Amino acid sequence: MSYVTGVGLTAFGRHESKNTLSLMTDAATAALADAGLVREQVDGLICGYSTTMPHIMLSTLFAEHFGLQPRYAHAAQVGGATGFAMIMLAHLVVDSGAADNLLVVAGENRLSGQSRDMTMQTLAQAGHARYEVPLGPTVPAYYGLVASRYMHEYGLTETDMAQLAVLMRQHASGHPGAQLRDAIRVEDVLQSAPIAPPLKLMDCCPISDGGAAFIISREPVSAHALRIRGCSQMHTHQHVTGAEDLAHFGAKASMARAMAQAGVALSDIGYAAFYDSFTITLAILLEEVGLCERGQAGAAAASGYFSSDGAMPLNTHGGLLSYGHCGVAGAMAHLAETHVQLTRRAGSRQIPGTPSVAMLHGDGGTMSSHVSLIMERVQ
Amino acid sequence: MSTAANPQQSGAFPEPAPLDWVDGQEAILYEHCGACGKATYFRRGFCPRCGATPVAVRRSAGHGTVYAATTVVRAPSPEWKAIAPYAMVLVDLQEGIRILAHGAPGLAIGDAVNIGWQRLGPRLIPRAEPVASSTQGQQKK
Repeated sequence: MSYVTGVGLTAFGRHESKNTLSLMTDAATAALADAGLVREQVDGLICGYSTTMPHIMLSTLFAEHFGLQPRYAHAAQVGGATGFAMIMLAHLVVDSGAADNLLVVAGENRLSGQSRDMTMQTLAQAGHARYEVPLGPTVPAYYGLVASRYMHEYGLTETDMAQLAVLMRQHASGHPGAQLRDAIRVEDVLQSAPIAPPLKLMDCCPISDGGAAFIISREPVSAHALRIRGCSQMHTHQHVTGAEDLAHFGAKASMARAMAQAGVALSDIGYAAFYDSFTITLAILLEEVGLCERGQAGAAAASGYFSSDGAMPLNTHGGLLSYGHCGVAGAMAHLAETHVQLTRRAGSRQIPGTPSVAMLHGDGGTMSSHVSLIMERVQ
Repeated sequence: MSTAANPQQSGAFPEPAPLDWVDGQEAILYEHCGACGKATYFRRGFCPRCGATPVAVRRSAGHGTVYAATTVVRAPSPEWKAIAPYAMVLVDLQEGIRILAHGAPGLAIGDAVNIGWQRLGPRLIPRAEPVASSTQGQQKK
């Protein structure tokens, strides 16, 4: 058994005065305070990676910097899936007895710490070094390829994908920490600059500075603990060229296993947090796990199904598309929002009703690495 | 502990790796597994499905069908911005491999293509070109 007992999330955006360690510090400080713990009580540490601060021992570098002497520590790396993979790992570590209160933390000044070109080139290196990268691809191009095929297979349209961007912006408008808060319309998305068609600028998440942290504990030490009920992964390929199929992905099997482990059905789920690096990513993942039929994610969003007051509130902080994406901490913001919503601490963004079970899903690479989590409110 | 023979350590000089387009040769090479029949574009010296070794290196004829298509409008670096926008496609070649390549503008999923070659400074780039309509009947879709 394990619980998410503390949450720390910084605002995402441009933080010129911050770097990787200071953003990790800000988030970790907030998570500790939220859990009501002091440094001596944290005996485990798992951190992500930072492209602006590559280091072979980031976890112990951060432990020394922050003032921890954990009995378990290392970093983890599976691209955009890292945040949720760290949560799954923390659950396993805590459950095993190797640590009682484990800090999971990530942060990066990905926006202000390097040029936009450098970020795009660094991220594109997730492609095949010999047979993809020498052709001048970008991550949006990898996902543009995915989008073209998925649309061809299931009839999803650019307007459908735009609906998801509009929804994420609506949700971000209610969060003071979100990077992009100005309202947009479907036409704005459709008319935004082409990046890698069918993907346009507003189909893509922004690059951000930010940090996020959680405390994972064996006991529900805070009054607002979320129990980790199910965790699962699926890794089907690394490169877009190496994927067997761009119509079916690993999310389905991953989420099915997590739900079976938790003993829950879709009808038990009251909140959804899904990785949304691009609108196509979000559409595919929602459809893979069965929250809507193939090709119907945009229509479902337009109907209000995924709105804050809808039947299945989705990424009510604005997701990567509007809260922002600073690397590993990007998807961790999805869990931070899930946590405050399920524990009824979301203030003006608080969703109606009192859902007790949430599903979360992260994706890394080009739909390569999948991590699914099921969380449940304790009180 | 296995002591399987490794030709790299047997004392014989290893065979040089066959050269392909990345090395500047106008060739798309792939590996074919004689044991299970799998064709693999990313060469690695063994079959990733059944583990068999050795595998045969073969050369693709370069005929195939577009599986997915995009265009890189926002290019990653000054070198690539100089030629942007450029179409990028996944092509299913008839030998059973899928490759990433540049493409002629306007290619769509299902189009029959042949892989041609384009020189960009020091680079040799595989580029999918539409098959003339007179020969399109023999292609899928």
